[in-house]
Formats: sequence, C-alpha cells, structure tokens
Amino acid sequence: MSGKVKVATTSLAGCFGCHMSFLDIDERLIALSELVEFDRTPITDIKEVGPCDIGLIEGGVCNAENVEVLKEFRRNCRILVAMGACAINGGIPAMRNSFDLKECLEESYVHGVGVEDPQIPSDTEIPLLLNKVHPIHEVVKIDYFLPGCPPPADTIWTFFEQLLNNQPVEFTYRQIHYD
Amino acid sequence: MIRHFTLDGKKIPFREGQTIMEAAQDAGIYIPHLCYNPEFVPHGSCRVCTVKANGRIVASCTTPATEEMQVENETEELQGNRRELLQMLFVEGNHVCPGCEKSGACQLQAVAYYTGMLAPEFTYFYPMRTVDSSHPDVAIDYNRCILCELCVRASRDEDGKNIFSIDGRGINTHLTVNSASGKLGDTDFDVHDKAAQVCPVGAILPKHEGYNIPIGQRLYDRKPISVVGDVADHQEE
Amino acid sequence: MSAQTATELSDLLLKQWNRDPANLLQILIALQRDLNHIPNEAIRYLASELSLPQSVVEGVIGFYTFLHRQPRGHYDLLFSDNITDQMQGSRDRAQQLATALNVDLGATSEDLGLSLGYTSCIGMPDQGPAALINGKTLTRLSKERMDQIADLIKQQTPVDQWPEEFFTVEDNIRRRDILLDTVLDKGAALTSYLSQGPDKLLDEIERSGLRGRGGAGFKTALKWRFCREAKGEDPVVVCNADEGEPGTFKDRVLLQSYADRLIEGMTLCAAIIGASQGFIYLRGEYRYLLEPLQQELQKRRDSGLLGSTIQGHASLDFDIEIHLGAGAYICGEESALIESLEGKRGIPRIRPPFPVTQGYLGRPTVVNNVETFIAAAMIADNGADWFRSRGTSESTGTKLLSISGDCARPGIYEYPFGTSIQTILDDCDATNTQAVQVAGPAGMTLPASEFNRVIAFDDVPTGGSFMVFDHSRNMLEAVQNFADFFVHESCGFCTPCRVGTSLLKKRLEKVIAGHATGMDLEKMIEIGHLMKTSSHCGLGTTAANPILDTIEKFPLLYDERLKTTSFEPAFDLNKALDEAREITGRTDPGAYVEGGGV
Repeated sequence: MSGKVKVATTSLAGCFGCHMSFLDIDERLIALSELVEFDRTPITDIKEVGPCDIGLIEGGVCNAENVEVLKEFRRNCRILVAMGACAINGGIPAMRNSFDLKECLEESYVHGVGVEDPQIPSDTEIPLLLNKVHPIHEVVKIDYFLPGCPPPADTIWTFFEQLLNNQPVEFTYRQIHYD
Repeated sequence: MIRHFTLDGKKIPFREGQTIMEAAQDAGIYIPHLCYNPEFVPHGSCRVCTVKANGRIVASCTTPATEEMQVENETEELQGNRRELLQMLFVEGNHVCPGCEKSGACQLQAVAYYTGMLAPEFTYFYPMRTVDSSHPDVAIDYNRCILCELCVRASRDEDGKNIFSIDGRGINTHLTVNSASGKLGDTDFDVHDKAAQVCPVGAILPKHEGYNIPIGQRLYDRKPISVVGDVADHQEE
Repeated sequence: MSAQTATELSDLLLKQWNRDPANLLQILIALQRDLNHIPNEAIRYLASELSLPQSVVEGVIGFYTFLHRQPRGHYDLLFSDNITDQMQGSRDRAQQLATALNVDLGATSEDLGLSLGYTSCIGMPDQGPAALINGKTLTRLSKERMDQIADLIKQQTPVDQWPEEFFTVEDNIRRRDILLDTVLDKGAALTSYLSQGPDKLLDEIERSGLRGRGGAGFKTALKWRFCREAKGEDPVVVCNADEGEPGTFKDRVLLQSYADRLIEGMTLCAAIIGASQGFIYLRGEYRYLLEPLQQELQKRRDSGLLGSTIQGHASLDFDIEIHLGAGAYICGEESALIESLEGKRGIPRIRPPFPVTQGYLGRPTVVNNVETFIAAAMIADNGADWFRSRGTSESTGTKLLSISGDCARPGIYEYPFGTSIQTILDDCDATNTQAVQVAGPAGMTLPASEFNRVIAFDDVPTGGSFMVFDHSRNMLEAVQNFADFFVHESCGFCTPCRVGTSLLKKRLEKVIAGHATGMDLEKMIEIGHLMKTSSHCGLGTTAANPILDTIEKFPLLYDERLKTTSFEPAFDLNKALDEAREITGRTDPGAYVEGGGV
C-alpha cells in the first residue's frame, strides 16, 4: 500500500457526470489502481477526507456544505483539481445566478407547478444556499483545471499519467473542451 | 514593388496600407482574433490579436505593416496575454458552454482552445442580463455578448439598417437594439441579414436549428480555428 | 419657464445648431439643462430630424455622466469626489447635507426636487470641498456653508439667488515665471506672424522646443507642420480644455484669466495651418466659464482679431465655437475629444490616421492643450530664445503645476522644467510629506526617496496635477479613489481596460478589507501589466499605475494588510448566506460557515 498516491474525489454542486467520465477511462482504471489508492470518493464510500496527494473536485459551490467540504479537501490535499465546467465556472447550476435566490426558491417551492403545501424549506438538516453559485477557485486555491462537461475520460487519464510521471500537464487540442 | 516584414521569423509580403493582420491572413498565417472580420472596417477592441511589432505590443488588425517590421505572434508571452484577455471576456459575461447552442462553433471558445486556456481564473461578474426572443427567427442572448460590434458594423455598413447600437460606458457598456421597445421583434431585422451571420459567439442565434449538428461534430470540435477559420465564414453554408 | 414641449425646445435647439448631427451632444446638453433630463419625445424627434437611429442618440446619452433619461431634481448637486476633496472633508459635507435634508446620497428626493451624488474631480482642489449645483461651481464648502445651502434648498430658493460668494473661484497663482509674468499685448503674436510669415514662425516655434503641455509632450511645431502639409481640405484648430485629470486646474485659471492669450494662440495656429474654423472643447465641469469665454471671443471679434479679415487681412479668416463636454474624462484624449466634438460617444479612435491628417469630420486637425496655445502665442511674440531661457534642453520653458493636498499654499505654480519635487514641496509649504502623486491618477506615485527627481518630459512628466499627501494619510485610500475613478471613466471599448479596471477595483477592496493574500497582489500585478501593454488608449495603459506604483514603492501599505494564509476567498462566505438566512429565518450553527481561507 505504501508508496501509492492517495486520491480523493467529491462532487459539490455537480451532477456526478465528471465522476462517470472518470470511470470511462475504462480498463486504464486497472493501471491507475496500481498507482493510486482512493481515500474519500463515491467509489469507496469513505465519508471523511484524510491527508491526500490529489483531490478532484467536481461541481461548483452553491451551499454552506459545499464550502465546508471544499475547504476540508483543500486542507487535506496537496494538489487540488477543479474537474469539469461546474467546478471551473459554476456551470449549469450557476445559471440561477441570473435570478435572486428568493425568486429561485419561490419558483421551486411556492409557485411551482404541482406544489402541495407551498413553503420554503428551513430544516436545519438542509444546507443553506449561497446567494450565488461560485466556481471553486473563488473559495480555495486550485492547482489544476480540467475543463469539459464532463472532461473527456482521455483528458482525465492524460492528467493522471503526466502528473504521476512528474511531467508538465499538457493537453492535445481535442482534450480541451468546455462543453 | 512588393515589400516584406517578418512574422515569427518568416518573411511576409504586404501591400501598401495593409495591416499586419491582413498581410498575415493573405500569407495563410493565423493570428487569433474575435472582433476582426475582413469584410468590415477593423475595430481593435477585443485586443486578442495583439502582437509584438518592433518590441511594442499592438493590435495587429489596426496596425499597418511596414517594411522590415519585426513581428512576434506565437510567443508564450503573447499567448499568455491572449489567455488573460479571453479569461476577462469569460468572467465579464455569462458563458455557460454546456448549455449554449453555439458551443463547438463559437469563436470565443475556439480561440480559447487554441491558446490553451483551461479556465477563467479571475473573479466572475455574473452580471444580470436578459434574453430577447421577440423576433420570430432570431434570438439575442445578451449574456454571451462580447461587444465586438460586428453586428453593429454589419447592420450599419452592409445591411443599411442600423439595427444594433452600443449604449452605456465602461463596464456598463452594452449592446442595444434600435426600436422603441428595444426588442428585436420590433425591427425589420431578417434572419438573412449580414448582421445575423457575423456574431462570433452565441449572442445572436438563429432559431429553429439549435442542435441540427450534434455536439462533437461541430466546426471546432475536431480541428482548431487556425485550420478551419472563423465561424462567420461557415455560417452561410 | 414657458410650458414649452420637449419637441418645441428640440426644434429651437436644432435651428440654433444648424440641424447638424455633429452638434447632437450640444443639443442634448442644452435639453438636459432646461428639462433636467432628455425625454423620449425629444430623443425620437432629434433622431428623426438628424436622420440618426434612435438607439444612437440613446447611446450618446448613455455615455456621458451629465446626461440623463430620468429626470434629475431641479437642484442637482454633485460633490467633487477626488481624493483631495475627500481630504478636505467632502464626504462629511455630503453626508451633512444628506442628513439635514433627509435625502439618500446618490438618490433623487421627489418632494425637495433634489438629486444628490458624487462626480469625478471638478478642478477645484485648491479651494475645496467643491461641488456642482445645476452645473454651477460651488467652492469652499465649509460646514457653515453647507448649513446655509441646506436652508436655501429647504426654502426652495432658486440657485441664481444664492449668495454670489458661494460661486467664487479664485485663481490662487502662487508662483509666476516667464509665461505668467510676461505681458502679451493683444494681437502681438499675430503681428509677429504677419511680419515673419508662417515658415519662419514655425521654425521659431520649433527652435523653442515647445512640446504639448497636456502631458504627452508631442512637439508642437511638428504637429502644426504635419497638419499644414496634410492633404485634406479645410483644417481645424481645436483647444483641448477638457481638463479632467484629477488634481489639475491650471487650464481653469488660464481660461478664466488668460483667455485672450489662448484665443491669440489658436488664431496664430489657424493662420499657420490655414484654418478658418476652431473649437474650444470646454469640460462640462467648467460650465461657469462658458459665458465669460464667449464674451472674450466677442471682444476679439469686435477688435478685429477674430472672424473675417483679421487685422485687416482678407486671408486671415478664423472663428472659434465653444463646445461643452458632459462628464467624460476620456474626452481629454484627443481622438475621443474629436469624436465628442462630432456629437458622438467619446471612444478613442484607431490611429493611424492621426488627427493631423484626419481629425474633425475627416479634416486635418490640430488639437492642443490650453497652455500649449498660450505658450506658442508668447513664443511668437518673444522668440525662441526667450522661451529657452528656462527649462532643460529636452524640456524647454516652464510648466504650470496645479498643487493641492497637504500643503499650506495650494494653487498654481509656474516652474522652469527641471525643478525638483523637493523644491516645489518647500515652496508650497508642504511638511511631513509621505508621497506626491504627479500627473494625476494616471501618473506616478513618488515616495520621499524620489523627491530629488525633477519635472521634465524625460524624468517626471506631467500635465500639471501635483497632489501632496502627508504622513497622516492612508495612501491606500488615494489608490482606491483612483481605482474607482478609472472604473467610472473607462470608456468600455477595449477588453483589458473595461474588464481590468473592475477586476483591479475588486482585488484592491479585498486588500483594504484585510482579506487578501500575496496571491491577490500577484494577480493585481498581472492584470495591471496586461492593461498597460494591451489597452487601446492611454487611459487603459495608465489606469493600473497607482496600484502598480504603490505595490512597488510602498510595499508596506499592502504587506501589513495581507493574511498569512495561502489563499483567501474572493467573496465573504458568511455574507453570501445572508439572503438564505433571511428567507428561512434560520440562526442555528449550520446557518453559518467558517469564514476566511485555507
């Protein structure tokens, strides 16, 4: 086990599409598992992040819990990576930034079609929403950015391959996409 | 007499009065640009086409070529400047590529790919902007406007309609439509107007044909803009 | 006022301004003055009469700060917001008035008919705090005077019945050298022209070494020669009296007390380049000078020194029209000024072509600063040697400085080029000086270690602004004032300036709030450098100067406010939960996050 690179991943305000793309590196996962050991990820189902070499963050920051998870990752990960469009610029969730938070919540929970017992949820179990959705680089320092919605599996693989081999991370033309 | 200047070490011929950009294009050399379109008077506002001419950073689309001028184009310094300018344009507006019909055929994206921009690392403005879908055939999404003024120029100089204008100042500068309501539907704008063909981004979009070409098979999905050229050259096909 | 409709008034103004689209801005300024705004009715009418798209007229209105589409109060009071005004208590005075009248700053109160707000430097830092009331200049706004003004507004006393001393503008000339000390007889420069002829006189001006006094320092004789030799027909002489560089007011004094010399200089230029039309582009903030200047022009016409057959010579036919600005600093840039003269948004042009070949309406145009024209007239009368008796070999003659800030004797000082900053500080009785901002926000911030440097084109160049800060001042407040100024005044045309000014402002606010790290400084330097190298015009290339200069020369200002974390968020994390807390009414621990960075 020792000598392996420790990797943690999480999804904040994202759709897990970037994680799916990560799995799409297919059989290369086997090669990767020779080199890395997973800490907190949806794959291992470990809930708390421990000291890691690399943290991959999918999704933007839309609520109080996202802020805390993101900071926890930053505290624990030597290298922190923004994976995918939402982490990089807020993505689709950030389209709510064109509206006031109140408008959004009322549309969903008060005026929405088919809403019964209209009320804006205020349960303490539910993380509070931020006024706006933010990219993660506005909250913590980010070391690498993997663009795409999701980033192609090939981009994710290239990133690991180059990083783990101590090469400068460089992508080919078709590995860089914002959509 | 044919005169020459040097661009990244190559000898480039030019005619009297040609800009660096024009001469480079004639010679088949790509200089990244957004507000430049050879069919219209140069504008020089996006600054993405900045090159270093005799040691000075200038916009290649507005700077006349001169004999023996030494021009740098594809240096890491200039590509870095361009990446920053592009990042500025990205954070200034609301560019949600995964949700944009123009994605894959957008020049802002394409130039950003070309320069190797991975993310806009500035602080986002998230401005409140609107969408105008009043016109039957064309929609305007102001979230994506980068103020290149190509539609202003095309409508004024080629269509003779003056449909588009610029209002405001500084960071509040914005595109406007010339009608009492400010809506495109209340103008005589036509989907076949030149101004409907020149938008380098997804701000002025024809309706009814959104995803005819699937993502992945679009203009810049396979080949870089330096090879396939501007999106405006492909819009009338 | 009679119940004139906006259309009737527009029609009257159109006639007065020859139905010329190039005069659109002047018509709009007059409408704003008479109607407190520009109603849609007038916009539609002007657009149709001038064959302009309505949106273009709206775009012009939207560009200039002093033009409004929503009615302003019939008392429209704007406090000058330069840092030197602030140092004299302008913000407190504004608040005092707002409190006394129960009006919000930046808002319009319907019942009092009062609009209250701030504006960029109005050129009165030697007698501030200052403000504009309906375009008229108020000076020396003491607490007592503010109380009086509050009463006058409460009693709805018309502004033209306010005490005259409220509007007094002093010259405050503290040091005179050859320019201000030498007498110029009316018409003397023209007499010299008539006896020497254009070629000899141009040579003389060239030999004097006169360079533009607005700041850029282009050789005046060369500019005139280019224009004279330009292919185009019907050249134009333009005086740039858009003195907008915060802290500058020497042109105001020249316009107020030496206008005849200015007109003489412009007429001389017209004679040399063969122009029959001239403009003085007077900044809107100096509206109070409009009528006196018009009287000066009339006096010259009456004495045969302006108009047709000047001094009896049929070939000398030149007249001057005054155009007002409307609150846009960028119009001090010569090509933006020309756009504005043509009635358009003041966006700097692409160069080449330069104004000397294609300027106003495509005609060859000389644009010079007020002081430059005056110097040229005096050189014509007194010769190049007289001028060269002052200054250095590269920077000949003298320079008028507008000195304000922390010194006992603010005002106008005329110095030979080559005078050291320290000498100037001594003369104006500045003590305990921490820094001097020379040439306005776009210029240089000099620490004490550089007070041995001299005013000269090749050392510390300046259009005339000289603001002094003593050790009691927090220089970051000045830097912030300058950063805000550039956000407000960027024309918005090119990417680096339009976006960069706002990005810098945000980062600077982060520093001032104590939420920044070294990474933020690096980012500011990176943005500033990009603006410096890639912007379309001089505004953008200099807008980052105050930040770049102070990071380099006053590092402690920044360092002592930086956090030791490696990174701090771009926004206040807890404040970002305000709305949600309010909507849900939650106050449990989970409704808050730990602020700050990691």
